[in-house]
Amino acid sequence: MSATTLRTGTGAILPGRGGVGGALSDAFWRNPKLLLFVMLTPPLLWLGIIYLGSLFALLIQSFFSIDEFSGLVVREFTLKTYGELLRPSNLDIIVRTVTMAGLVTIASAIIAFPIAYFAARYAKGRWKAVFYLGVMLPLWSSYLVKVYAWKLILAKEGILSWIFDKLHLTFLIDAWLTLPVVGGNSLSLSLTGTFLVFVYVWLPFMILPVQAALERVPGNLLEASADLGASPRQTFVNVLLPLALPGIIAGSIFTFSLTLGDYIIPQIIGTSHRFIGMAVYAHQGTAGNIPLAAAFTVVPVVIMGIYLWLAKRAGAFNAL
Amino acid sequence: MRSDKQSRTPMGLKIAAGAGLAFLHLPILLIFLYAFTTEDKSYQFPPPGLTLKWFAVTWNRPDVWEALGLSVRVASISTVVALVLGTLCAAAISQTRFFGREAISLLVILPIALPGIITGISLRSAFNLAEIPFSFWTIVLGHATFCVVVVYNNAVARFRRVSGSLIEASMDLGADGFQTFRHVILPNIGTALLAGGMLAFALSFDEVIVTTFTAGQQATLPIWMLEELVRPRQRPVTNVVAMVVVLVTFLPILAAYYLTRDGDQISGQGK
Repeated sequence: MSATTLRTGTGAILPGRGGVGGALSDAFWRNPKLLLFVMLTPPLLWLGIIYLGSLFALLIQSFFSIDEFSGLVVREFTLKTYGELLRPSNLDIIVRTVTMAGLVTIASAIIAFPIAYFAARYAKGRWKAVFYLGVMLPLWSSYLVKVYAWKLILAKEGILSWIFDKLHLTFLIDAWLTLPVVGGNSLSLSLTGTFLVFVYVWLPFMILPVQAALERVPGNLLEASADLGASPRQTFVNVLLPLALPGIIAGSIFTFSLTLGDYIIPQIIGTSHRFIGMAVYAHQGTAGNIPLAAAFTVVPVVIMGIYLWLAKRAGAFNAL
Repeated sequence: MRSDKQSRTPMGLKIAAGAGLAFLHLPILLIFLYAFTTEDKSYQFPPPGLTLKWFAVTWNRPDVWEALGLSVRVASISTVVALVLGTLCAAAISQTRFFGREAISLLVILPIALPGIITGISLRSAFNLAEIPFSFWTIVLGHATFCVVVVYNNAVARFRRVSGSLIEASMDLGADGFQTFRHVILPNIGTALLAGGMLAFALSFDEVIVTTFTAGQQATLPIWMLEELVRPRQRPVTNVVAMVVVLVTFLPILAAYYLTRDGDQISGQGK
């Protein structure tokens, strides 16, 4: 029985189904490209036109400018808005946001590592599931609820002050709050508070890729290192850390990018100092300065572009 | 001797890992305690007393019900759209090789890789340019865009495990494309789709950043919570809503975990 008779259905084991469904099915089988086209058209229309189209429209608007007298958007190509972006007050916002993103990334990496290492190397059976869910549940639980929980914790009358009071250590908080930059009226009105909440909210995004990278480190490598006389510290610095680095970089993509774009956390817990996200929100909202808001959003896109390029070169994508 | 020592967990690591997990979970547990507090003016700890009163108060608040209803409707429709688009994309990417494949997988991930504020503001300015008024559907449009990736990830991972010979066998035995899909592919990827759909639902139910840009006057539950956080009106009601939100999002995540847990073997490869 040749392939041609099978296809036409005359000599097949079962008769062809016929009708529109059968005809379509036959057409897809004869021409796989047609099937591919039909499968890809809906998602590409949605993501390509709605999403990429909107992104592109936004990018174009960053090259428009705003008329200072009428407050209307002038639809002519100019670099004026980007000039405005480089004003000291706006540069301040960018530097503050990038610094915060960097610190949050480092802190999450330090807290994430022991959790990921324990889960990857020592947790077995039931404990493995506990650790997995222990990271997944906070990762997926409501972002706003997590921020709200920290508002409760950091409030002046909240649990953290209570604990320090019981330990007679309130003076430590007070001393910390009098420091410039990181201090403030209370923990929930200081950059320290903003930092803590950022670390808390993005931490699971760091744990998962680090754990994935550590799972792939063979245990006998560490034993070999120890057998050859390395101290635990030397093994960590020379064997474990280099092997975990792609995972840390992969995790840092999330913590860095998410901190760059967030505008809700610093608005609820923090000072009046602005972050990029808050500036974007303010400029597009009450100020109605869409071009400047658009130019501001280009900053994280460019930073993330460079970051992703560097991460790719470091081989971080294999750890995702 | 040496390897014996290695297999035991170092105490410091145990403590650090345990402390890390506690750091992740204690704040969420605190929400549960505050839902029962009698204090309604401040965030006082420890609570002066415990009461169930605020559950009744919240139950009788029409604005909470309205926000909850909107959130559920938005999340359901976004999940359906994401399921269709994500599965199509995953099938095309994993079953065939073609030019531009990498670009498409990047395109799917982009809405979640870029900060939410960028997705939000670009959709908003596009709606403005196209003079589309804000409505229920503009919220869905935004949500479905970033929900696709969750379904896609789950489906791609499962497609990788479904052996291609199963599909060929089905065709050899005389099933046409649709029959193969219905009786061979769907049962194999079903639980992955269910898990992806649940995660998409949880993601949409909780989303706030994109929603602030694509919603007009309507408030989804997260938007309602955000307003309460910025300008607190009745704190105990917010406490109760926060607790309910935690419970509502935990269930689909646990379900998704149990659905995808056993999918490690490749179907059609067993003996």
